[in-house]
Amino acid sequence: MSMDELFAPMKEPMILGAAISIVVGAVAIVAGLTYFKKWGWLYKNWLTTVDHKKIGVMYILVALVMLFRGGIDALLMRAQTAVPENGLLNAEHYNEIFTTHGLIMIIFMAMPFIIGLMNVVVPLQIGARDVAFPRLNALSFWLFAVGAGLLNISFIIGGSPNAGWSAYFPLASTEFSPGVGNNYYAWSLQISGLGTLMTGINFITTIMKMRAPGMKLMKMPMFTWSALITNVIITFAFPVLTVALAMMTLDRQFGTKFFAMQDGGMDMLWANLFWVWGHPEVYIVILPAFGIFSEVISTFSRKNLFGYKSMVMSMVVISLLSFMVWVHHFYTMGHGVMVNGIFSITTMLIAVPTGVKIFNWLLTMRHGKITFTTPMLWALAFVPIFTIGGVTGVMLAMASADYQYHNTLFLVAHFHYVLIPGTVFGVLAGYHFWWPKIFGFRLNEKLGKSAFWFIVVGFNVAFFPLFILGLDGYARRMYTYSADTGYGPLSMVSFIGALAMAVGFALICYNIYYSFRHSPRETTGDPWDARSLEWATQSPVPEYNFAIVPKINQLDEFWYAKKEGRDITAGKYERIHMPNNSGAPLWMSGVMFLFSLFFVFSEWTLVIVFAIATLGFMAYRSFENDEGHYIEVAEIEATERRLRGEK
Amino acid sequence: MSKVNKSLPLEYSTEENDLKIFGFWVFLGAEIILFATLFSVYFTLVDRTGSGPIGKELFELPPVLVETFALLTSSFLIGLGVHAMRLGRTKAMMVFYILTLLLGAVFLGVEINEFLTYIHDGATIQTSAFLSSLMTLLGTHGAHVTFGLLWGSSILIQVKKRGLNAKTANKAFIFSLYWHFLDVVWIFIFSFVYLKGVL
Repeated sequence: MSMDELFAPMKEPMILGAAISIVVGAVAIVAGLTYFKKWGWLYKNWLTTVDHKKIGVMYILVALVMLFRGGIDALLMRAQTAVPENGLLNAEHYNEIFTTHGLIMIIFMAMPFIIGLMNVVVPLQIGARDVAFPRLNALSFWLFAVGAGLLNISFIIGGSPNAGWSAYFPLASTEFSPGVGNNYYAWSLQISGLGTLMTGINFITTIMKMRAPGMKLMKMPMFTWSALITNVIITFAFPVLTVALAMMTLDRQFGTKFFAMQDGGMDMLWANLFWVWGHPEVYIVILPAFGIFSEVISTFSRKNLFGYKSMVMSMVVISLLSFMVWVHHFYTMGHGVMVNGIFSITTMLIAVPTGVKIFNWLLTMRHGKITFTTPMLWALAFVPIFTIGGVTGVMLAMASADYQYHNTLFLVAHFHYVLIPGTVFGVLAGYHFWWPKIFGFRLNEKLGKSAFWFIVVGFNVAFFPLFILGLDGYARRMYTYSADTGYGPLSMVSFIGALAMAVGFALICYNIYYSFRHSPRETTGDPWDARSLEWATQSPVPEYNFAIVPKINQLDEFWYAKKEGRDITAGKYERIHMPNNSGAPLWMSGVMFLFSLFFVFSEWTLVIVFAIATLGFMAYRSFENDEGHYIEVAEIEATERRLRGEK
Repeated sequence: MSKVNKSLPLEYSTEENDLKIFGFWVFLGAEIILFATLFSVYFTLVDRTGSGPIGKELFELPPVLVETFALLTSSFLIGLGVHAMRLGRTKAMMVFYILTLLLGAVFLGVEINEFLTYIHDGATIQTSAFLSSLMTLLGTHGAHVTFGLLWGSSILIQVKKRGLNAKTANKAFIFSLYWHFLDVVWIFIFSFVYLKGVL
């Protein structure tokens, strides 16, 4: 591969500008760390950490950065289509942007944000000291991070994927997408997907095996339940993606004929495999958000969650159905009436357990003493907006009707109406809710609420017009349209809504800085007067989570203990065993990054070198004998006193 | 080090070991999905041979029977190895594990030869969708066996150096689960790829 080809994307001024700003930013960060002598601190406390809370924070940090990358893509798309015949982006650049927007928002924003919150909260909610496999957890994070890095350098080096986030064949084949863009697609997803699969295994083991004494499955907090079910879906869905991506790589880089148009290949096979993973993926990002809403709504209504058992049951049913509906993503691609009919019915069935959950949340609020905090506002906004998304989903589920509006902006509006309230509002609720637990101070409520209003109003202004445009026949993925289509005015409205959302997200970031400077520090550990176990320990949470592992007798034990004046974390301290930090996950992921990068460019010698290096790391890890370390009683006492604000 | 429970076999004796075995079972669940997907792809593409050869023209049963015999026997031997480990007989355990790995190597040798024969006959992974899916399925299984040989050898070195303790026994036991799993996958490959292909 010649240098000229490698840096071809730079010929476009917008990409060159982005590249320069990335380089400047990177240099500034490196210079800053060197100047303030923070390299050692960063390496010791963060890059090599195996602490689930810190890993969770890093996940959320990367997810926020990716939210801005995907958000800029979104703004560019809406700016391009705001007026007819716009020349801001050319067709190729627009193709790349809608592809990476989808990919980044789902894989590198929504899912890691969810997994980040899971990392922070789940071990605390079940009264565990850590996850089952702390080092594997670090490896999961770093594989995800380098996967995200791989996708993000694609637009500078070699070119971004441009065949849509679903990368349908034959469009994604070398014949129609000759550059390296879709190789990047395959490898960034493959490598971060491996990390996600490990997370799935890790959290299933953690939740099944490491709950505090007395916490039966039906006494677990709802967020932990949602995390358990999500991780089961991850474990069963991601291997399908692994295989599909491997086949994509083989087809593109080794000339196999899986999805080819000759020699017996079958392009529909890709669509099926992709959505066998892709549909459950929707529930991977949405079920934990449901768990968050359950926690937030019951906490701020001062009531038990209504219908706990039906909540659990509905999630189990949703997880099963999520594997039985994938064909609804491509009704129009030539199945028989029978197949479409069956998938149409299973799709509509999902509305039933989802409806159960909606009514449970409403009934939880009924007669409750509701406080309108920022997390509660997000949860409240979720209910009606998600319902619009759900109802339009049932419209799309009808195969015969779908022929009318598939592949239009109606569909785009629908899935944004599901995923933004369902996932983004969810993670933002969780983010505001658990922030004080992680950092020991609350985010400013006033800034949080203004961000909320900007985003919620902006969201509806941006996406509601797309329903109307879609019904008018505006096909999605068109980079421009002529003025006589009449799409101009509503597209402009949509762009304005997108700008309002951007303001909201900027406010959320500013809030971090503002609250860090001005919010009072938190010493109770329980700022919201909440219900589940994570609030029973100090904030910020000490390394060992709980000085004394609590004993559980019922659901919301902490809440009842507070009411009855019991202390569930009382007892005599004993020394605590903790795992040691390790640089191996970071370095191994770095090696796998280089392996993938060279694979993208088919540089086989280097691929082999880094494949062997990866195996070497695994062998090193296997031979390593690391017994961890103990935290002694005196140190626990001192930490507990400090966090309670005593001298 | 977490608490050691003397009433359980060595590989289960600590909490950490218990977690690792449970986690590995979950991992095997994911592996089942991985191979199930590969089988589904194979069944979808099996008759889509384009202008290339069909299975009946390619498959030869004698080498496949050698592969099957080698792998099934190795799976039995690793079971004896785990049994010896529970009796605390390190040396016997190591002998059984070494025999297991040797039979794994025999399997791999025959499989590589089979691939070379196919390629020699002009049936490459690029020839048709059928051959792409066949070689990917067999190759994934073969890659698992190859990885198993490296992994198993590394565990044997550790047992040799450190003796049988809660950690090495745990690793050896988990490896035996992996090896049995590969055997089960092979039984499916033998039945639904080769036997179905020649019949």
